[in-house]
Amino acid sequence: MSTTIERHLYDVVVIGAGGAGLRAAIEARLAGKRTAIISKSLFGKAHTVMAEGGAAAALGNVNSRDNWMVHFRDTMRGGKFLNNFRMAELHAKEAPERIWELETYGALFDRTKDGKISQRNFGGHEYPRLAHVGDRTGLELIRTLQQKIVSLQQEDFAATGSYDSRIRVFQETTITELLLDGDRVAGAFGYYRESGEFVLFEAPAVVLATGGVGRSYKVTSNSWEYTGDGHALALRAGATLINMEFLQFHPTGMVWPPSVKGILVTESVRGDGGVLRNSEQKRFMFDYVPDVFRKQYAETEEEADRWYTDPDNNRRPPELLPRDEVARAINSEVKAGRGSPAGGVFLDVSTRMPAEQIIRRLPSMHHQFKELADVDITKEPMEVGPTCHYVMGGVEVEPDTGAALGRVQGLFAAGEVSGGMHGSNRLGGNSLSDLLVFGKRAGEHAAAYVETLPSRPKVAKVDVAAAAEVALAPLVRPGGENPYTLQQDLQAVMGDLVGIIRRAGELTDALKRLQELRVRVANVGADGGRRYNPGWHLALDLRNMLVVSECTAKAALEREESRGGHTREDFPKMSPEWRRINLVCSLEETGEVHLERKPVPRMRAELITLFERTELAKYLTDEELSDVEAQ
Amino acid sequence: MKRHFRVWRGDAGGGDLRDFEVEVNEGEVVLDIIHRLQATQAPDLACRWNCKAGKCGSCSMEINGKPRLGCMTRMSTFAENELITITPIRTFPVIRDLVTDVSFNYEKARETPAFAPPSGVAPGDYRMQQVDVERSQEFRKCIECFLCQNTCHVIRDHDENKPAFSGPRSFIRAAELDMHPLDSRSDRKEYAQASQGLGYCNITKCCTEVCPEHIQITDNAIIPMKERVVDRRYDPLVWLGRKILRRDQLETRPAPSSVAAPPSSARLPASAAVGPDGHMDIAELTAPLQGGPSPFGDDLTFPIAPEELLYNHPDKGNKP
Repeated sequence: MSTTIERHLYDVVVIGAGGAGLRAAIEARLAGKRTAIISKSLFGKAHTVMAEGGAAAALGNVNSRDNWMVHFRDTMRGGKFLNNFRMAELHAKEAPERIWELETYGALFDRTKDGKISQRNFGGHEYPRLAHVGDRTGLELIRTLQQKIVSLQQEDFAATGSYDSRIRVFQETTITELLLDGDRVAGAFGYYRESGEFVLFEAPAVVLATGGVGRSYKVTSNSWEYTGDGHALALRAGATLINMEFLQFHPTGMVWPPSVKGILVTESVRGDGGVLRNSEQKRFMFDYVPDVFRKQYAETEEEADRWYTDPDNNRRPPELLPRDEVARAINSEVKAGRGSPAGGVFLDVSTRMPAEQIIRRLPSMHHQFKELADVDITKEPMEVGPTCHYVMGGVEVEPDTGAALGRVQGLFAAGEVSGGMHGSNRLGGNSLSDLLVFGKRAGEHAAAYVETLPSRPKVAKVDVAAAAEVALAPLVRPGGENPYTLQQDLQAVMGDLVGIIRRAGELTDALKRLQELRVRVANVGADGGRRYNPGWHLALDLRNMLVVSECTAKAALEREESRGGHTREDFPKMSPEWRRINLVCSLEETGEVHLERKPVPRMRAELITLFERTELAKYLTDEELSDVEAQ
Repeated sequence: MKRHFRVWRGDAGGGDLRDFEVEVNEGEVVLDIIHRLQATQAPDLACRWNCKAGKCGSCSMEINGKPRLGCMTRMSTFAENELITITPIRTFPVIRDLVTDVSFNYEKARETPAFAPPSGVAPGDYRMQQVDVERSQEFRKCIECFLCQNTCHVIRDHDENKPAFSGPRSFIRAAELDMHPLDSRSDRKEYAQASQGLGYCNITKCCTEVCPEHIQITDNAIIPMKERVVDRRYDPLVWLGRKILRRDQLETRPAPSSVAAPPSSARLPASAAVGPDGHMDIAELTAPLQGGPSPFGDDLTFPIAPEELLYNHPDKGNKP
């Protein structure tokens, strides 16, 4: 077993090679910083490729009444006013620039008749707002950013004779620990998956862009990479996580056949005319329109159907309610015994439009169902149900810079791993624009932070040795527990007890079981050697999944209300008092998760006036309302 | 139901096929079986995968010898008692088990000149028609599974061709940029021909056949590029014209009178009849004579009288 550790010196290390990571890296490199991109998978395989619907940006190409204020409003509404307003504001304002910029990198979005970027309707967005490429927008985004990085590397090659001189991608490399010098980030320690050899990156700034936590759930649309690495790295480095109780269960994941269980059916299936029916063939969504949305949604099937062709004079169909509402409705139907054979409901486009039109508008959906499941969506309905999709919670960041709060300095976060932007629920399409806007900001500010440092923080040898020991432990532990079994057990706890509908008793039970799992995870073992050993890799990921799951369970138990991606059966109402509270997790010296309450930042006056009083009344306390009126 | 699988295990130093009996349930795909193998019998079995939905192109492998994505190969497509053999993709060096070193593809991608944005067009001012972007969009569907690269016989079992040949994945990238309505480089085809080894491809369409995204790699990218490269480089008439006259002379007519007389009594070779644009008519229909223009000029008739032929025998002491 080799004891040498490869060392690299960089200015900015970006952990994660999805949209946010790549965008951050581009910006750091453009700011003249030597940048490393660490990717757990091959370059260009990140989970961003799965995003189907599009990237939300108020370009106003399809409906000229759209602008950043409308987008901001929709985002706050979608997040049930728990969003960090400043992040929502920056996001709405900067998304158009970030999208246009992609065209200069070579992206080819679908076009309107006059040659502009086409935009489509999506749940929760008032106007057609999602820039898209068929239903493979995420792939276009990741490929575009990947190719932009290649283009920068070509410039560097021309200037220096080396492609890797200023920006380098470390493929199939996993970071297991952040290294600190006092409270400053000094580097990152990890291993090459291919060889199992260790690698140390010495860098004064680290951008976390590791995505989400979905692999802790049984039914999930997330890939194996989504083990909450960034969340856990941040916690261990002294940063804080917020809103971890808010997980988005995408309402329409495939539930049959099992090979594709969890895989998403894009919301644009509904945006383009798909309807949800229960086993009695009823369009049940009309029964589930909450009061806060009553005004915007159609009451009859006739009105809803007219909306597809005449959106100005009709209200939208209730199938386009925000994701959490749809997920809850499906859950209720299934629980009431009106579900499909596999425990979902039916999503039908086949009776709604001609086959050619379905194939043209939803090409990769059609393709995916045909190839993966042998289901022809032009002929029969799909069986769908809620699947764990996105975590709204994440690293608590300073809105403008993406710098992690807490006691650590030099740590930045962007994309799904950061928290606050989406509040309690993310609107479809806001994720791709989020990672562009805040990826750029994190890269820019990480580079600026490096400039301000008088000297480079130093990595302590003893920390490196400790990190190496922790990483090797599962390999040398005789008779250690099977990591796959442990993962399945963790998924069962989270899926069954901290799932879409939560109860105090179950959450308490979950916390107890997570404690038991913690003992077992500490005793995990891995057969085989260091070279490309997935069992070992999973064994190392487990502790991340576990600590993040604890944060989710703890926060879910604490928050006694239902809001967005957090539904408590014992507290079914949204509470204006709870809207003022963020739940913030940190890690104690002992490794215990510490939970505290912090106030939600107050929205600036000129932003709050964008909302009507009647709408504010649904979310704010009387005291807050009279404050607003006083202004 | 248990089924019989043979999976290649080993590394760069060698390996062999191992037999496994694995539980298979209704509606599963080959990747599900690999995962079950990892969870129950072979925890260190190396295999790449990410999305498990045919969108990321990670789980490329050869299933019963066919290059496939593990996540898109349904178990129901095999006969009930069929033995299923899973091996790593063969064109790239094995790292371990089903994982191969695909860095070749990334190196070739890095050599292909990037999109060149049009100068003077501000972000937000890009205007393109749907019909124009669709051609490139087809190629941008590529999920980089590299099955096309793996199956291409130019490099499969022919490592010696790898330096000169970039493979179908790179060709569709070149075609995509060539057809991009706003790309400001105009030498994509020439680049594909000169630097990517487009000429090695002899259009057997194996790449198209294995593409999980059903991109018409050969018909829509390779053949059109080949045609246009041929159109410019190998058109016999243009080629001959180039042999007779230097390019600059071809393009600035009239040129023949300025050619110095050869040391002979023979007449000057007349250049081909070219139009006002300096090019010859390609199509017979538009030419004044049936049979197309003579590359030797219309004023020359064959056979040429012997005394008009320019010929000096090398042995007769006639060296100039």
